[in-house]
Amino acid sequence: MDISIRNLGKNYGDVVALRDIQLDIASGELLALLGPSGSGKTTLLRAIAGLETINQGSIRFGDIDATHLSVQERRVGFVFQHYALFKRMSVLDNITFGLRMRTRAQRPQKNEIQRRGLELLDLVQLKGLEKRYPTQLSGGQRQRVALARALAIEPRVLLLDEPFGALDSKTRRELRAWLRQLHDDTGYTTIFVTHDENEAHELADRVVTMNEGMIEQEPDA
Amino acid sequence: MASSRSRNALREPAPVRWVLIGVTLLFLTVFLLLPLLVVFTQALASGLPVFFAALGDADTLASIRLTVLTAVIAVPLNTLFGVAAAWAIAKFEFRGKSLLTTLIDLPFSVSPVIAGMVFVLLFGRQGWFGAWLSEHDIKIIFALPGIVLATTFVTFPFVARELIPLMQAQGTNEEQAALTLGANGWRTFWHVTMPNIRWGLLYGVLLCNARAMGEFGAVSVVSGHVRGLTNTMPLQVEMLYNDPGEYSAAFAVASLLALLGFVTLALKNFLEWRHGDELTALRGN
Repeated sequence: MDISIRNLGKNYGDVVALRDIQLDIASGELLALLGPSGSGKTTLLRAIAGLETINQGSIRFGDIDATHLSVQERRVGFVFQHYALFKRMSVLDNITFGLRMRTRAQRPQKNEIQRRGLELLDLVQLKGLEKRYPTQLSGGQRQRVALARALAIEPRVLLLDEPFGALDSKTRRELRAWLRQLHDDTGYTTIFVTHDENEAHELADRVVTMNEGMIEQEPDA
Repeated sequence: MASSRSRNALREPAPVRWVLIGVTLLFLTVFLLLPLLVVFTQALASGLPVFFAALGDADTLASIRLTVLTAVIAVPLNTLFGVAAAWAIAKFEFRGKSLLTTLIDLPFSVSPVIAGMVFVLLFGRQGWFGAWLSEHDIKIIFALPGIVLATTFVTFPFVARELIPLMQAQGTNEEQAALTLGANGWRTFWHVTMPNIRWGLLYGVLLCNARAMGEFGAVSVVSGHVRGLTNTMPLQVEMLYNDPGEYSAAFAVASLLALLGFVTLALKNFLEWRHGDELTALRGN
């Protein structure tokens, strides 16, 4: 699903966090938001997810005007920087959380939920770890669980906030290649935030650079 | 060599340790263990039959019922309030937050007698709402509502104080994740926040309950000390103690209260042993 952002602005009191953002992301594209800390890239990502309110502008997912939709209604797959896994739940319960929280009418059968959870676990190459708890996993494994959890809700778009920020460089490289592969296999429109220029260029179809709340350069796609 | 040396460097010399440990033990013995021992020996001084007869006394039984009833009302109220307040303070930014935090602590810094007086001034016969209340035949002071109000006021901070640092330490990451996964506010609270705070919550409820059952000052002001009607256990202890010939009965009831303290402590220790990781956030504060 394509994303279209128009005239988006956000400020905290007098401090401008995002200034007049215009951005189009094609369906199935893998886009990197690159910028130093404080450049507004994470704020933009959270605004797209509905985790931050915006002061002006609009956000569309395909034909849907998402500007005034709640976080829940936007149905975005969000992967947090420090994973934000539910530490009191097993890996499988983490992954199936989104399905289990659906209203009764939309909720799949219990064994169907279970089946889809295991399928996703397989997709992120963590077969057999469904009974583990997040603290029993390595950083890279947690990141994969977080991704599987986000994919479980069949999101309109996939948003990743510094997905490799907390990992060592070896795991980072492995996960990068793996994420690229996963993206090509699943075809989700994906935005990821990073401050690492190499990572952005190596992984993304297109890199958008942000600075001081603005998009700095947008080369012709 | 090096390791034994560095260990010595971090340790106090033996005599210092012994003196510190000795002083602590002496203090605990004189101020905590001895009084408790006295309570139980006095309670049982005239033998078990007298002990049980004292507890079976109609007025004493009434005071136990009243104490339990008061706790049954006040503790859930403060649990609800404590969770709501902790949630608001830990998870949101809003104007007047520090004022709210200070207000929650107010019952800790105000003498319980004042707390009782406030309710007398509000709802007593000469109080602000006194005329209206007596017109409508509602009794608050010298009755159960007043006792519950005073107890609730005094035990107000316990649950909130336990939960605020715990919830602050846990942040809002998991909640945000739950929202993006489609869970509404209530389900997020129930499935994500609650499992993360349940042991801390239980801990707060335990302390709140112990205080609710043991409160003397505030309740004393609003109760009116009517035997068999408005006497809670602590008030009953005092009354029996001042009665000639009821000396050991006073200690019998007192031993029940002391026992409540023991049970609370035991449960508290059990929680710390079993769920220490989660409660560390509490002890840090």
